[in-house]
Amino acid sequence: MKKFQILAWGIAAAILMIAPPFLKNYGIYLLSYWMVFIIATMGLNLTVGYAGQKSLGHAAFFGMGAYVVALMMKAGLSFWLGLPAAALICFVVGIILGFPALRVQTIYLAFATLGFNTAVWLVMRNEEWLTGGTYGINGIARPNFFGMSLEGNLAYYYLVLAATVIMGLLLLGLLRSPWGKAFTALRDNPIRAESLGINTRSYTLLSFAIGAAYAGIAGGLFASLVQFIEPAPFAVGSSIMMYLMVVVGGPGYFLGPVLGAAVGVILPEWLRFAQAWYLFVFGSAVVLLMIWLPDGLLSIPDRIRAKRLAREASAARAASAMGAKV
Amino acid sequence: MSTTRHHERTAGQPVLKVTGLKKAYGAIQAVGGVSFQVQPGEIFGVIGPNGSGKTTLFNSMLGQITPDEGKIELNGEDVTQLGPLELNRRGVGRTFQTLQVFGKMSVRDNLIVAAQEHQGSMFSRMFAPGDSGLGKRADALIDQFRIRHVADKKAGELSYGQQKLVDIAMAFMSQPDLVLLDEPCAGVNPSLVGGISTLLKQLNQNPQIGKHSSFVVIEHNMDFVMDLCHRIMVMVEGRVMAIGTPAEIRSNKQVLEAYLGS
Repeated sequence: MKKFQILAWGIAAAILMIAPPFLKNYGIYLLSYWMVFIIATMGLNLTVGYAGQKSLGHAAFFGMGAYVVALMMKAGLSFWLGLPAAALICFVVGIILGFPALRVQTIYLAFATLGFNTAVWLVMRNEEWLTGGTYGINGIARPNFFGMSLEGNLAYYYLVLAATVIMGLLLLGLLRSPWGKAFTALRDNPIRAESLGINTRSYTLLSFAIGAAYAGIAGGLFASLVQFIEPAPFAVGSSIMMYLMVVVGGPGYFLGPVLGAAVGVILPEWLRFAQAWYLFVFGSAVVLLMIWLPDGLLSIPDRIRAKRLAREASAARAASAMGAKV
Repeated sequence: MSTTRHHERTAGQPVLKVTGLKKAYGAIQAVGGVSFQVQPGEIFGVIGPNGSGKTTLFNSMLGQITPDEGKIELNGEDVTQLGPLELNRRGVGRTFQTLQVFGKMSVRDNLIVAAQEHQGSMFSRMFAPGDSGLGKRADALIDQFRIRHVADKKAGELSYGQQKLVDIAMAFMSQPDLVLLDEPCAGVNPSLVGGISTLLKQLNQNPQIGKHSSFVVIEHNMDFVMDLCHRIMVMVEGRVMAIGTPAEIRSNKQVLEAYLGS
């Protein structure tokens, strides 16, 4: 790792560790909210950005994770049991959702996953006996950690921060393993990948399943963060917003979700000064970003590098042409 | 999932045996009963005019299409119904007519990903080091193909010729028994054609990566084919017109009239 990167990571870690106690309650809550969405979009980035599968059903897993944790805690079970259960259930359902991806791709897959999200959302809304319907589930507790209460916003923030770091490191390890290369190969050229012995079926299913597990954990953390859940945050619109976060940050860039979730969660807060115009400003910013940076914010260094390489190649060609004339 | 190769060849057995292969598209008989064998260590060329059935034959051998009739055996095992994945796991490497490198990966990673699925099980690969223990093998090929200076660059940033070399090297990373090369000289600068021929001869005769592969080569560049191949099959209208050494093919009157010209 370059010295600059180590320094940047160190500064970021120090800010995230030291700054929150100096923030107001809402600021701490917002940071936790941002990190929950970082975890969720890290999973979606694996599915969309690394493995190239167009999924518009991520909010369904996010919601499933939230409901699993909320219902288990309401049943008297521990949050620490609920969180892995949420991940496991989402992993299994993610594999099932991956099957359409073996048959359809691109926009057709996006619609298939969108249909899945709608179906899950309808279950959340209509099955009142289980989910409370539109009344939702309230009074979701925050957990204890070895006897230490995480009830306060600051304490819970540190739990979410720790979870974000752990999930980030796990993903980094996965991406650096042969699996990471297999996912990238699947995205860039599935026919070539298969001809090299890469089991594209298995990796497609795994990309959905692991992405879904990330959303499940994020959903579980979300339930205890907001302490009241109802179906609205898990509708198709949220899936589209999560997809937007991945695209804005930079699909296939490890830190893309960090920036993307900031744009999706924190930027709207900063734009509150615009009052009724805030959605217009936010929408316009996204449109401009997509025009100039279709590969996301983190593609800026790559674009600068590509331009430099093109300039150098052009200069070399010109020099060679001059030499030929002389 | 185990990735070990299932069949070991017995002495004297051909690596590839194609018997009575037929494939039709509607009323058009693209391949009409083709039979041939490729021996261990042999470089076998397939030539013929456009529409002679070479690509259909190739796609059948690579599991991309299922033939209507006939049998394909790899090291004595019937692989007629197998797909590209299973064939690769059984020791078949290939290149495509067009460039098929992974543009956003480095050259070294392109080579590693080309063989990593042959290492251990899928589960064990999740915890394996990034190079899957293939670093030395990748470095040997990088040196052999003289692409050391671009080894850490993204493959998509290389020139066409350099990408072509990476593409060919990838086919050899898994130490295959059989490599099918689909027009390895297509779009390549004439100065590089000789280099590719030399590399393929090296890999065939004195493989630094420790495996003696057989090749099947489709190519339109006649000088390249005649120089490289031990035997050549000429296809015309989906059928075999002749099989023989380059000298025999050059002197075959039928072939001269139908394909090579005077």
